[in-house]
Amino acid sequence: MSMASTKLGNKKPLPEIPLNIIEDLGKEESYLSLITKRFIKHKLAVLGLIVFVLIAFMAIFAPWIAPSSPTRITGDFAASPSSAHLLGTDQVGRDLLSRLIYGSRVSLSVGIGAVAIYVTIGTILGAVAGYFGKWIDMLIMRVTDVFMSFPYLMVILVLVSIMGPSLTNIILVIGLLGWPAVARIVRGSVLSIKEMDYVMAGVALGYSTPKIIFRHILPNCLAPILVNATFGIASAIILEASLSFLGLGVQPPTASWGNILTEAQSLSVLANQPWLWVPPGMLILLAVLSINFMGDGLRDAMDPRSIK
Amino acid sequence: MFQYMVRRILIAIPVLFGVTIFSFLIVNLAPGNPVDMQVNPYATEADIQTKKEALGLNDPIHIQYVHWLVNLAKGDFGYSFSTYEPVLTMIVDRIGPTLLLMGAALVLAYVIAIPIGILSATKQYSWMDYFTTSFSFIGISIPNFFLGLGLIYIFAITFQIFPTGGMNTLGNEGGLMDTLAHLIMPAIVLATGIAGNMVRYVRSSMLEILGQDYLRTARSKGLKEFFVVNKHALKNALIPIITVIGVDIPMLIGGAVVTEQIFQWPGLGQLTIQSIGSRDYPTLMAINLMAAIAVLLSNLIADMLYSVADPRIKYN
Amino acid sequence: MNETSVLVKDHDSFQEQQPILRVEGLKKYFPIKKGIISKTVGSVKAVDGLDFSVYPGETLALVGESGCGKSTTGRAIVQLDKQTEGTVFFEGENLSNLSNAALRKTRTQMQIIFQDPFSSLNPRMRIGDLLAEPLLTHQKISRKEAVEKVDDILKIVGLTPSHKSRYPHEFSGGQRQRIGIARAIILNPKLIVCDEPVSALDVSIQAQILNLLKDLQKEFQLTYIFIGHGLGAVKYISDRIAVMYLGRIVELGTTEEIFKSPRHPYTQILLNAYPIPNPHLRGRERIVVKGDVPSPANPPSGCSFHTRCPYAQEVCKQVSPVLTEEKRSVACHFPLA
Ligand SMILES: Nc1ncnc2c1ncn2[C@@H]1O[C@H](COP(=O)(O)OP(=O)(O)OP(=O)(O)O)[C@@H](O)[C@H]1O
Ligand SMILES: [Mg+2]
Repeated sequence: MSMASTKLGNKKPLPEIPLNIIEDLGKEESYLSLITKRFIKHKLAVLGLIVFVLIAFMAIFAPWIAPSSPTRITGDFAASPSSAHLLGTDQVGRDLLSRLIYGSRVSLSVGIGAVAIYVTIGTILGAVAGYFGKWIDMLIMRVTDVFMSFPYLMVILVLVSIMGPSLTNIILVIGLLGWPAVARIVRGSVLSIKEMDYVMAGVALGYSTPKIIFRHILPNCLAPILVNATFGIASAIILEASLSFLGLGVQPPTASWGNILTEAQSLSVLANQPWLWVPPGMLILLAVLSINFMGDGLRDAMDPRSIK
Repeated sequence: MFQYMVRRILIAIPVLFGVTIFSFLIVNLAPGNPVDMQVNPYATEADIQTKKEALGLNDPIHIQYVHWLVNLAKGDFGYSFSTYEPVLTMIVDRIGPTLLLMGAALVLAYVIAIPIGILSATKQYSWMDYFTTSFSFIGISIPNFFLGLGLIYIFAITFQIFPTGGMNTLGNEGGLMDTLAHLIMPAIVLATGIAGNMVRYVRSSMLEILGQDYLRTARSKGLKEFFVVNKHALKNALIPIITVIGVDIPMLIGGAVVTEQIFQWPGLGQLTIQSIGSRDYPTLMAINLMAAIAVLLSNLIADMLYSVADPRIKYN
Repeated sequence: MNETSVLVKDHDSFQEQQPILRVEGLKKYFPIKKGIISKTVGSVKAVDGLDFSVYPGETLALVGESGCGKSTTGRAIVQLDKQTEGTVFFEGENLSNLSNAALRKTRTQMQIIFQDPFSSLNPRMRIGDLLAEPLLTHQKISRKEAVEKVDDILKIVGLTPSHKSRYPHEFSGGQRQRIGIARAIILNPKLIVCDEPVSALDVSIQAQILNLLKDLQKEFQLTYIFIGHGLGAVKYISDRIAVMYLGRIVELGTTEEIFKSPRHPYTQILLNAYPIPNPHLRGRERIVVKGDVPSPANPPSGCSFHTRCPYAQEVCKQVSPVLTEEKRSVACHFPLA
């Protein structure tokens, strides 16, 4: 990434610059603030960030926000929205609003948990493949190809059905299967960065290989990893919702946006109780959309072609 | 280019083996085996052992793998744990509807997305551009099942234009218009995500091409904007799209599982869900394996087509 | 640049000492791969048999056209690339025989300064961390002591301690090169390979950096291998010069000898291409270089320079001349007087 030119003209020989001007350079913007500035210009991304923060807030403070417990069975079954239950109740008589609020916890923990696992795996594998090259690279990349050949959702379904559906298993399965794209991205970046002189300087200075990889190479391929992770959170949320919708994900009574929608597979619920499926569906859409907007903003902000 | 193709095929071979090994391991990892699932409840332990021995289930795992692979090559995918039918028969019964659905969705997605993407790029920063960009994001972000439920609610329940599910009205099997009516909503659902991606892809690919020098020269020479866009840019912008097909196929297959379930579409996706319900691992793995091979092949073909369409690219 | 100020050290005094670095039969071939299974179909002979010694305290320059293998030589010396053949002895120790751990230790004794100051500093690290890292890796010192050393070194290379908290992109090219130099000398190495350390810089800054290098050499008793293709800088800084052509040394001698009386036709051509008027060469007829540099993948037979040499004879096409073994060595069948 070229961030070469600064306000300090490169052409001027050093002694001619009075020291106080050099000191002023301390206020020069850092890479981070540059990215932030560019991100803020992306209106949809900022909107996405705000919505995402709200959802995260909802997840963290669920017990204080939710009007009742998500699993407590009140008297009314499938009651339509009223002042007692703002969004009505489900077939079993649980307050829907509370279930939606608590459901955000599931979505976010799957999104963040699974992505954290696979970004770690993918980064390590990609870095090893890119840095060491030769047969190790060959091997890792072929394994990556194998994993990429299986349609994601299908293998996840099979594995979840073997391991048994639960929140932890979903996080694990998505986490263990999601790494190939990250591995490819990281490998590509490492391949180009390892030829940089500053990496060579590290070798010449006798740094250990892990130090060179983790301290000198990987921090410089953070941008594409971060963008991929952001989009990854969105797709993990959709995956969990789909699995739970199909009854293979988070099991009731635990509330998940996906499993709330399961009931809408019955045509009578679909036709007569829209409050049971429209709000959770909209929430999934909102969460995923906001994260995708953030990802898009991040990608634009970090695009090396436009950073000068 | 020829060398590239040969190399590309050579690389695909170990991957294909990897795919079969992975599939095999998962079937083996899964609880239950053909004997446990098929014996009658009065069989003795000794009977079971004999049966297992006969089926080679006591062999070392790599021998079992080779057997399994040889059988696969002969088209023998084993027997279903739940219906005891040959897996292959079950798949053959279901593959038609799935191919119909996926084909329809793919065509629909591309027919809608490519012109919109091009238009959006030629009118960059216009009202229309913002509109399509935002909409493509919604298309990418909306879960299949929610969109499906919404469509059923609006078009099948409220307005009753389309049937709620299935592939044919009972007693009307084979009616083309009837199948079409059943096909439209699931195809739209399946197409949405792909179209959303495609719009963004075509748009950025087009913008890149439009920014190139030779096009600026072509424009300055007074060619009509429309002509410029069509003749020069279009071809170069659309070539990279070939590679996207390789990404779309897995998306289609995954999406088909959910979509078929919602619309009761009698394809492989629905069979997958049923097999999961009955823990029918041989069937599940056969479907997975076929899907993986389909993905592998489509990637291979996409790469080859790409190398034919754009000989400028260098490979190493 | 003030040419009369060139300080020529008495090179004989160097030769009496043990060399700090000895390179024997150094070769580096890059395989050319082709075809379906990446079969090796040939090789780029980037460095094709080098022998030379470097003595403590001197500056040996490697000069030659682009692609003649200077950087490859430099990188092989500090073991950034494994040589195909040959041996590098550093203080009598064969570097190929060292274990990884021992090599890491030895590396602190020989450093490299890179040509491009914009890619030689990790953009994600503050200057302070970047300079403290070698110390914290190799020396058992506290963070505080490391910071003090970093402050010292920054002052030594003409920057200020307050620069520590900045990132590389906040500096100019010349300043970055100073940081690169600081990083190279912070572990008190004995030998530094300077790979065209000034060619990416503005002419006005080049002199400053060269002077800095000279000052540092005096202060820390450094030995330099100075790679360059600009003869001005080379003449200014080096004690001896090795002229390279297609991966080999064609002539080696003291700076004065090389500039005053080049013996290899190629050296003569290089000097003629050197734009600054040189009184010793004035009046001689200008030599026209015929043809391009041949490919190092397929070097000419015999003397590899014969395709461009104005004095080439039949023997030059067949027999490869060896570098004579004197202090003033030349590899030519018909050396100039
Ligand atoms: N990693 C590599 N793979 C293949 N060939 C290489 C590699 N590195 C260098 N070469 C080739 O080796 C030859 C010598 O390269 P080298 O960089 O040592 O030249 P140089 O004298 O430093 O040139 P310059 O003055 O341009 O820096 C060149 O022909 C180059 O193309
Ligand atoms: Mg070089």
